[in-house]
Amino acid sequence: MMLRDLAHVRTGDKGNISQISVIAYRPGDFPLLAREVTVERVVAALRGLRIAAARRYELADLGALNFVLEGALGGGVTRSLALDAHGKTLGAQILAIEIDAERGR
Amino acid sequence: MRESIRIGAGAGFAGDRIEPAIEIVEQGGLDYLVFECLAERTIALAQAARRADPERGFDPMLRERIRRVLPAAHARGVRIVTNAGAANPLGAARAVARIAHDLGIEGLRVAAVLGDDVTDLLRTRDFPLIDRDGFSADLHDTMVSANVYMGADGIVTALAGGADVVVTGRVGDPALFLGPMMHELGWAADDWQMMGCGTLIGHLLECAGQLTGGYFADPGFKDVPGLARLGFPLAEVRGDGSAELTKVAGSGGALTVASCKEQLLYEILDPGAYLQADVCADFRGVRFDQRGPDLVDVSGGDGTARPATLKVSIGYHDGFIGEGQISYAGPGAVARGRLALDIVRERLALTGVALDELDLSLIGCDAVDRGAGATGFEPAEVRARVAGRARIREAARSVAAEVEALYTNGPFGGGGATGSMRPVIAIASCLIPRELVQPRVVFVEADA
Repeated sequence: MMLRDLAHVRTGDKGNISQISVIAYRPGDFPLLAREVTVERVVAALRGLRIAAARRYELADLGALNFVLEGALGGGVTRSLALDAHGKTLGAQILAIEIDAERGR
Repeated sequence: MRESIRIGAGAGFAGDRIEPAIEIVEQGGLDYLVFECLAERTIALAQAARRADPERGFDPMLRERIRRVLPAAHARGVRIVTNAGAANPLGAARAVARIAHDLGIEGLRVAAVLGDDVTDLLRTRDFPLIDRDGFSADLHDTMVSANVYMGADGIVTALAGGADVVVTGRVGDPALFLGPMMHELGWAADDWQMMGCGTLIGHLLECAGQLTGGYFADPGFKDVPGLARLGFPLAEVRGDGSAELTKVAGSGGALTVASCKEQLLYEILDPGAYLQADVCADFRGVRFDQRGPDLVDVSGGDGTARPATLKVSIGYHDGFIGEGQISYAGPGAVARGRLALDIVRERLALTGVALDELDLSLIGCDAVDRGAGATGFEPAEVRARVAGRARIREAARSVAAEVEALYTNGPFGGGGATGSMRPVIAIASCLIPRELVQPRVVFVEADA
């Protein structure tokens, strides 16, 4: 299954930082989400970007993860040369991450 | 002191729709309506407009917004708070007063909140930049504007003075909502838990339709009805800092726990430390409960003491960006698009165009998904896109010119070439001690 089947996302920007929230449709899926959607996998899914540093915040009660990707936006919306200078489409791009529900069982 | 107040979101960005604001005023039983109209770079652009004409420099859509919404708001006693003053809050307040007068509304109290413009301060004092190496003084020669993110205190002062309409420049977006809450619910400015709750509710509302199903739909996964007439959100805020979020019956969209969670984390970095001028807000304990259709209860906001410093956005001239695009279709479209990009790259080098940065991509393949180029996927059409950064205008223009020249000099079948060149106003940030900032409230009479 794809991450898209498990969670929804929203992407925001602050200067040269992109921020992607990943929210489980069903709160019970949060442990699976936390195990499968690691910083490494998100950075790999966005391999075309020059991400300088990445962090993940866990919000178990909300069933959500929050990814903070520094340096991801080519200088930020005000000076980036990119077509999508805000990086608004980045969250949708990680929805293709493969989720293995059986891993580790 | 009120037990609760109803605050509506009337705009989530400068170009937002106007009818939903009228709808929420007419049917939402509101006490307050907030128009959030300032993006990060807006003030820098507005400052340039103000230099050309001292009566300009505020959101150009403010006049139309006020003309269409004020009659209904005034008739129901709904007070309006907006940051549409941009680089000229006083000019914006005067414009609002004139419109009220023209509409036959007498005695309207319009207040401007000043004090966010720290351009002069930054010309005499130097502060380290926080988003890169260097100092604010490095930008002296290119600086267009410098505005500090103020808190809710100026808005509270204006409301206590009886303002019906409050026009600010740069304040933190949530503060536009927190101000009315503090004024009506009697929250103290050092009650960090209440400041955190009010900031939470303001943050949820500040993007208007993004809470009620806008920017949310994904057909088959997240379906949202009626987006063409999306209803804007409102909150009934209680004295204990919790709130009921809803929208007007019959409007489009959907207000759900899922849409609220997306907006909660939107543009948030550390959810335990959302830094605002009024508080360091903590969203980690937030709870949403669906009480009914389009009715969600929110509680659990918190906060700790406000920071000793305030954030300043510095707008500065940062050269020029030139851009050109051209489309290819049919079998081999991707190969022809790539050839087009190679030709432009070589031409810019051959002719000695001085660029600091060059970006080449194929729209349809790898323009927004920069890692997707290697998948071998062959779309029916692609659009070659070239963007370059230059210190001089002519060099940036050459980028668009070289793309256009592909018509007769490039691969076969190129069509729909477009080109543009624009001066760049970029943003850098620094922190300044909060004692250096003092909001000032000026009242403007409607019949002045």
